[in-house]
Amino acid sequence: MGNEYAIEADQLRRTYRGRTGWLRPKKTEVDAVRGVSFTVRRGELFGLLGPNGAGKTTTIKMLNTLLIPTSGTARVGGHDVVKQTREVRRRIGYVFGGDRGLYERLSALDNLRYFAELYGVAPREQKRRIAELLDLVGLAGRERERVEGYSRGMRQRLHIARGLLHAPDVLFLDEPSIGVDPVAARELRRTVADLAASGTTVLLTTHYMVEADELCDRIAVIADGQIQALGTPAELRHRADGRRVVEVEAYGVPDSAVAALRELPGVRETAVEERGALQLLTVQSDAHVDVQGEVLRELAGVRLGRVSSREPTLEDAYVAIVNAA
Amino acid sequence: MLLLGTLLHVKQISRSPLEVAIAMVVPIVQATLAVYLFRSGGEQHRLIEAAVGAGLMGVWSSVLFGSGGAIQNQRWQGTLEMIMLAPRRPMLVILPITVATGLTGAYSLLATLTWGRLLYGIRLDFAHPAAFVVAAVVCVLALGMFGLLLASTFVLMRNANALTNALEYPIWLVSGMLVPITVLPAWTGPIAAVLPTTWGARALREATTGGPVWPSIGICLAISLGCLILGGFAMTYVERRARAAATLALA
Repeated sequence: MGNEYAIEADQLRRTYRGRTGWLRPKKTEVDAVRGVSFTVRRGELFGLLGPNGAGKTTTIKMLNTLLIPTSGTARVGGHDVVKQTREVRRRIGYVFGGDRGLYERLSALDNLRYFAELYGVAPREQKRRIAELLDLVGLAGRERERVEGYSRGMRQRLHIARGLLHAPDVLFLDEPSIGVDPVAARELRRTVADLAASGTTVLLTTHYMVEADELCDRIAVIADGQIQALGTPAELRHRADGRRVVEVEAYGVPDSAVAALRELPGVRETAVEERGALQLLTVQSDAHVDVQGEVLRELAGVRLGRVSSREPTLEDAYVAIVNAA
Repeated sequence: MLLLGTLLHVKQISRSPLEVAIAMVVPIVQATLAVYLFRSGGEQHRLIEAAVGAGLMGVWSSVLFGSGGAIQNQRWQGTLEMIMLAPRRPMLVILPITVATGLTGAYSLLATLTWGRLLYGIRLDFAHPAAFVVAAVVCVLALGMFGLLLASTFVLMRNANALTNALEYPIWLVSGMLVPITVLPAWTGPIAAVLPTTWGARALREATTGGPVWPSIGICLAISLGCLILGGFAMTYVERRARAAATLALA
């Protein structure tokens, strides 16, 4: 591994050990990450995709020095994340999604001033840098308001400004668009794309396929603490080549019907997504087998909405990879 | 960084409605307690001493609950990870928080004295007024440094609240904030001698009623600097342990 890499992870493992009970304490162990290896080139926008509990956040926290790996090694900017913690911290920014991580009773300006000091931004540069970032994230003019009055989108933008204060070489974005409205999410994607274009290495975790597809140069799909697939979005999409997808909107599909669909000849994957009262049933099959008629027969008696057949997307490839794990 | 950090943490703490309510009510309760305790003991002439002791109890509570509570609050807010991620020594990151709790605690001392004067007519006659001010400042700083040592434990423990509750009263008693340490069992002597709170309380009492203030201030400062150095090492060690044990975040 040479200097061309901003991030190098080699066989990273992390086991969480806990104890429950006082009188008869029981030790618990959870293997959150089980031997993850990958590299990210300088200036690359790399996506880490996976379901909840797959090990995405644990991987990011090992790379950004917040957690010490149980075994394995990782380097960021050529520095070991365990032995050269401070060198790594000087070069990285960390942004996570959600409401937390900011001083609520302070203004955005105070939050940024404090973190600029903490992250070692030179005093004479602080004012200019903070103004620049407030402009970048669209919070200029609102910086003197307390964060507790901010919307989720505004907090998220403040998070990003905070993560960029010291102009990091590597930016870790852990589900930054979670809970953000579509317009704000689009702006966020534009900001991330601009950062990558200006040479910042970005490691992004997300649930949203569109986001990963639009932004990432390469994507690693992680499930069950291990990388299941790694490649460009186009390469991953090929995982679903030779397949056809039938989508059915339904109301109250019993589990037995979903199980029966899985047994149909030619069916490779099934997935059910709850959307309020509606369930979106996705059935992936071999392209040369027309399963639509069979699917509708199995769902006889269930109230149905729109039924369609289409080419597979990156999301279908992702579902196939995760289900195979 | 230490100054800005301290100021912003004072700002953050003092804007908490709970903190404000506690800061308004507790000094009145403390002043009342002190007055009735010493009146019933027939020691009317020592009311000022009692008020100072009660005020110091407030500073201690603020530091103890502040250091523990602030670390716990930062964990709940998700800011503990963000500040520990800074490329700084962990001690420099946490010290502004504990000094800020000492500073907000100083309000408790002032408020207890003021309420004592307004409600109970305690005459604020200090034997050495200038030394009293110095002793109060040293006390606040000392408790902030002592708080750093405590905070190292709080960084490691997810249930830091349990420890803060257990520590509040023993330190009041052993340090002689309200009751002279001479009336306590002999075995508490060595513990009292190494606590900066004991020497801080003594310095304040001597500045109030007369006595050699400066040696007590000096010892208080020396022990506190020891706490600062020890706290610095403890913080570095504990930060690493917390990263290994994954206790910086809630989950």
